[in-house]
Amino acid sequence: MRTTESLPELQRKACRLRQHIIRMVGVGKAGHIGGSCSCADLVAALYFRVMQVDPAQPDKPGRDRFILSKGHAALALYAALAERGFFPVAELDRLKQLGAMLQGHPDRLRTPGVEANTGSLGQGLSIANGMALAARLDGSDGRMYVILGDGEINEGQVWEAAMFAAFHRLDHVIAILDRNGLQAMGPTKTRLDTEPLSEKWRAFGWFVIEINGHDFGQILNAFNQAKAHRGSPTLILAHTVKGKGISFAENNGAFHNGIMNQEQFNLANRELEAALDGLQDQP
Amino acid sequence: MTEAQPNRVTYGSTLVELGHRNPRIVVLDADVPKSTNTCQFQQAFPDRFFNCGVAEQNMICVAAGLAASGKIAFASTFAVFASMRACEQIRTSVAYPRLNVKIVATNAGLDNAGDGVTHQGIEDLAIMRSIPNLTVLSPSDPVTTRKAVLAVAQQDGPIYMRLGRNLSPLLHNENVDFQIGRMIRLREGTDLTIIATGNMAHAAVTAAKALSEQGIQARVLDCHTIKPIDREAILAAANETMGIVTAEDHSIIGGLGSAVCEALSECCPALVRRVGLKDCFASSGRDYRKLLAYFQMDATAIQAEAEALMQSRRAVKVPSMLTECPAI
Amino acid sequence: MSLDSQRLEMTARKLRRQIIRMIAGAGSGHCGGSLSAIDLLTYLYFCELRVRPDQPQWLERDRFLLSKGHCAPALYAVLAERGFFPEEKLWTLRDINSSLQGHPDMNKTPGLDMTTGSLGQGFSCAVGMALAAKIDHMDYTVYVMLGDSELQTGLVWEAAMLARHHGLDNLIAIIDNNKLQSDGVTETIVDIEPIADKWRGFGWEARRIDGHDFHQIHVAFAESKSPNQQPKVIIADTVKGKGVSFMEGVVAWHSGAPNAEQTQAALKELAADL
Repeated sequence: MRTTESLPELQRKACRLRQHIIRMVGVGKAGHIGGSCSCADLVAALYFRVMQVDPAQPDKPGRDRFILSKGHAALALYAALAERGFFPVAELDRLKQLGAMLQGHPDRLRTPGVEANTGSLGQGLSIANGMALAARLDGSDGRMYVILGDGEINEGQVWEAAMFAAFHRLDHVIAILDRNGLQAMGPTKTRLDTEPLSEKWRAFGWFVIEINGHDFGQILNAFNQAKAHRGSPTLILAHTVKGKGISFAENNGAFHNGIMNQEQFNLANRELEAALDGLQDQP
Repeated sequence: MTEAQPNRVTYGSTLVELGHRNPRIVVLDADVPKSTNTCQFQQAFPDRFFNCGVAEQNMICVAAGLAASGKIAFASTFAVFASMRACEQIRTSVAYPRLNVKIVATNAGLDNAGDGVTHQGIEDLAIMRSIPNLTVLSPSDPVTTRKAVLAVAQQDGPIYMRLGRNLSPLLHNENVDFQIGRMIRLREGTDLTIIATGNMAHAAVTAAKALSEQGIQARVLDCHTIKPIDREAILAAANETMGIVTAEDHSIIGGLGSAVCEALSECCPALVRRVGLKDCFASSGRDYRKLLAYFQMDATAIQAEAEALMQSRRAVKVPSMLTECPAI
Repeated sequence: MSLDSQRLEMTARKLRRQIIRMIAGAGSGHCGGSLSAIDLLTYLYFCELRVRPDQPQWLERDRFLLSKGHCAPALYAVLAERGFFPEEKLWTLRDINSSLQGHPDMNKTPGLDMTTGSLGQGFSCAVGMALAAKIDHMDYTVYVMLGDSELQTGLVWEAAMLARHHGLDNLIAIIDNNKLQSDGVTETIVDIEPIADKWRGFGWEARRIDGHDFHQIHVAFAESKSPNQQPKVIIADTVKGKGVSFMEGVVAWHSGAPNAEQTQAALKELAADL
């Protein structure tokens, strides 16, 4: 079932996801705040507007599938799955505990709603390709959505997968590049510059749409275009801000896998509460 | 009736057989379907065949995606590329989530003689054996290859199977009882045991015949399943014979020989001599048999190791310490 | 430098004969891709590379890597002709412990700069060598030849990204684009076109030529020397099996040795006096 949240509702959802992200990381422990927050709006759009999924039937044939290829941003995925009802919200508090449902990186055997065991960068798009091929064989209309990181596309396997998807005209594969400009050890530009991005993907046979990855109007418009597009897979090149929504984390490489102290934790919570309050009056 | 032919050809024809029986079977290859023989499936079921080009890592994960969508995915390339190029993908995207992907890697060992070291997979058993959730098979002849392929299609979960390149003589009759995890006794004997896998099973039988002419009766076991290894058969060999010679077209490090030693050292220490590539890269060679002989991996080498074992002063029967090996 | 095309053609013709003889004698090998590459290799070793056959380890030499290592017979033939080792070694191809292995082995063959054969890796190594030259402020150029289907391999694009990132304008890649691979026509397996656009998208300077036209080859290399922070790629359109009529454009001749009759027929077509 697809939900039909309005734009302000989606913004509220994204705020909720960020609140869950901050709470899951907590004080004094490392967590991938930056990359989880940069894709939170995209993930919210997918789970609360775009994707046809049924939390009561996570394995339903013909469903849309989402693969978080940048698996270290699992916090965003878990938050969305919990909010959407795939499992109780209380599970978020047990993240990474021994025997818990929620692992450090997504685990399809342990967590309802997770489609692939990602975390090792570069593999998700290939997996999505396989799923798309299966869907085609089965006559299913399900779409495969994959979020990649911009550092992730250093991995050669991504380009193998890109070439393969284009060759097989997998127009039900819709990849989103969370281009936040930072990777683990610093700016993407200085680590291994991946620009120009659009030209690369077009040369590899993809339909490319470039957007602001925090503008829900643009996000939804892009997904609509992607779903209507035929003959080639689509890449939505989403310009984002790492750590978006948390002032001290925005564009701060330290929060790729950063630790908050108590003061920062409190500040993050206040900022997100304030953001939510600001959205309350909107329909 | 299974013919004497390269095991990879039998693999190809068995895939077609499976394809007719089960519409969930899909097959992938990485640019070498004529070598692996997945081309037979390609011809029979073009819509269910995917040549991924020179891109093994992508191939494995595409297979994972297909399996996660209810397919039974067979993925093939050369052993060296499957086990090393795509090792992490096998581990993380297939074995860890226990997906129904069967990686069947051909041209294993020195059987890829002419191409030389870059194309000779001599470490694959060692690597694949160490990955959890992965069953590892190495059938010896066309009969057991066919049975193995049929068996892995029935068994849910990740499998790695290695096959050679050249003609494999028939060793078993059609009715042989093939079970994953159970060695097959090719010859009776109580002096020593030769445990061989893959291409080396035939060499083991040849060696046993030569030993018999010297009055040494060797039991020969065809170890087609490297993992889970048949610990009962190994224990019995240690208890009932004077020692064990292992033989594999693989490094002596990490493969069959190591697996046998691991099992024995926990229950029933016995003398083991390993025939295989002695921690070195091999070479190009124009003839596979000559290459095996050069690197002391043929029937003559097995025979020599068996004779040395028998002559060794430490070839004294060691009482078994335990009657059962504890499961790991 | 004036180009003696006729002399180059004669040399390449001779090397084609060597390739056929080598592979026939070895009983296995890759005819198609060796024949498609030999004109480029002839030009490289007789007109382009600064190398010293009597000093294969000369520190300032240009480097050449055959990333499509299965076409080793072509490289061996040109190395022998250039004087890196005696011609009679050619007839030991693929023999046990021969100095000429099935794929290039830098520890066995004089004149080889890298061990290759596993597609994609030679190219990656070439990037490393070009980096080393920059670090050491050395003037040599690193040349690397890839096959077209090799571009399906992700490692190539990792290396291409790194080369551009480091501004390796001392690196020249040559794609032997013979449009056929092991299993068939490249575009039917995983199409790699548009090739030039892909390389340009990765920040390389790309040009496309006829890989059997010595004049075009000459111009392409001359133009690929600019110190502009961009690595260069020359996409050479070639014919797999070029020079032997029954091999040209035939997938089956990706690998496999000609039998006696085929060998004779091939050598006749490649006869020196034609």
